[in-house]
Amino acid sequence: MSKLNSLAISENGFIFKPSTGESFVTNEIGLFIIQLLKSGKKADEIIQEIIKDFEVDNLTAGKDLYEFLDFLKKENMTD
Amino acid sequence: MEKKKLNIAVTGLNNIDSPGPGVPVIRALKKSGMDVKIIGLAYENLEPGIYMPGLVDKSYLMPFPSTGSEAFLERLAYIHKKENLDIVIPNFDSELFLFIKFNERLKQMGISTFLPTLEQFEERHKDNLPEYARKYNITVPESKPLVNIKELENLPKPLSYPYFIKGKFYEAFKVSNLAQSQYYFNKLSAKWGLPVVVQQAIQGTEVNVIALGDGEGNTVSAVPMRKQYITDKGKAWGGITISDERLLKITHDIIKKTKWRGALELEMIKTDDGEYYLIEINPRIPAWVYLAVGAGQNLPELLCKLALGEKVDPIKEYKTGKMFIRYSWDLIGDISDFEKIIVFGEL
Repeated sequence: MSKLNSLAISENGFIFKPSTGESFVTNEIGLFIIQLLKSGKKADEIIQEIIKDFEVDNLTAGKDLYEFLDFLKKENMTD
Repeated sequence: MEKKKLNIAVTGLNNIDSPGPGVPVIRALKKSGMDVKIIGLAYENLEPGIYMPGLVDKSYLMPFPSTGSEAFLERLAYIHKKENLDIVIPNFDSELFLFIKFNERLKQMGISTFLPTLEQFEERHKDNLPEYARKYNITVPESKPLVNIKELENLPKPLSYPYFIKGKFYEAFKVSNLAQSQYYFNKLSAKWGLPVVVQQAIQGTEVNVIALGDGEGNTVSAVPMRKQYITDKGKAWGGITISDERLLKITHDIIKKTKWRGALELEMIKTDDGEYYLIEINPRIPAWVYLAVGAGQNLPELLCKLALGEKVDPIKEYKTGKMFIRYSWDLIGDISDFEKIIVFGEL
């Protein structure tokens, strides 16, 4: 199972990492990104989905995505 | 066929800020499918477990283990005569030696236990941890047992500040200079005797495993937990079950290599680099046992079955993300109960 799929994520944006017992809270956009990553979407596709759903420009969507990916990587939640 | 009622004696009823495992063990037994009568064995007349409503069916005061084996066995024989004990579950490190040493005598009396062998008990002592690690290929922090306070001034390298200074049976303090270490050396040696152990502090997350070995190398039960809240006495006041394959593998390996018999708790530090350091093996059920029950593994029930010679299939499943949070609660008792314990030694 991938690290991302092993996470327990609630609809409220509460993330539980079973391998360490740590928990995190993310916002609406973070939750949106995680769900898209879990469904196998690539970065470009995710950016387009963010632009569409959150009505932001390309630059903001990209910034949101890569900041969140950095966070996931830092917390060892992605492979 | 009607199930036989089991008379089970349990020690460790001191449900205080450094809690004994007795109360959660009893809660686990009452939650099991077994029909049980619980006999509480207490060393102090104010151990809360004696007075908690609906917890024990009967309580007896025991002489401290330091009183000597004769008084200890005599008291157990008296209690056995009155209660016809089937099983005893000792929960204090300081009493385990006597229970293990007189295991056969208890068996002859008709009382079953499921404890480590004397060799297993002795070789995992804090002061023997480096040798234990070499023998079983386990990573441990640098440590040294000390019998003289002067040794603190010239600890062998690579031991350096900060390190933990630990009592023979209980308690550990993190120290950063000589004055602190000398203070705690005196405190710990006066309370728990010698040696006092110095152990290098390792930076990381404290993770523990509760487990049960069948004495033939099989792990019957194992649940890992991360401490979420640690008291100033180093005790877990909150914890959460985790899914840590590596930690479980280390546990299975230790139980397999040592053929561990009985319950144990492995205290480990997981570093940011993913290394695991074993800091202590407690040869008994830990006070957070009820978390394992909540996660799906009733370890005290399994231990009782093993004590009675029943075959027990290993349980591998448990729920992750189960949490425990301790709390304190003021019980209101009556002086008449206290009087019975003081005057008659039983309630």
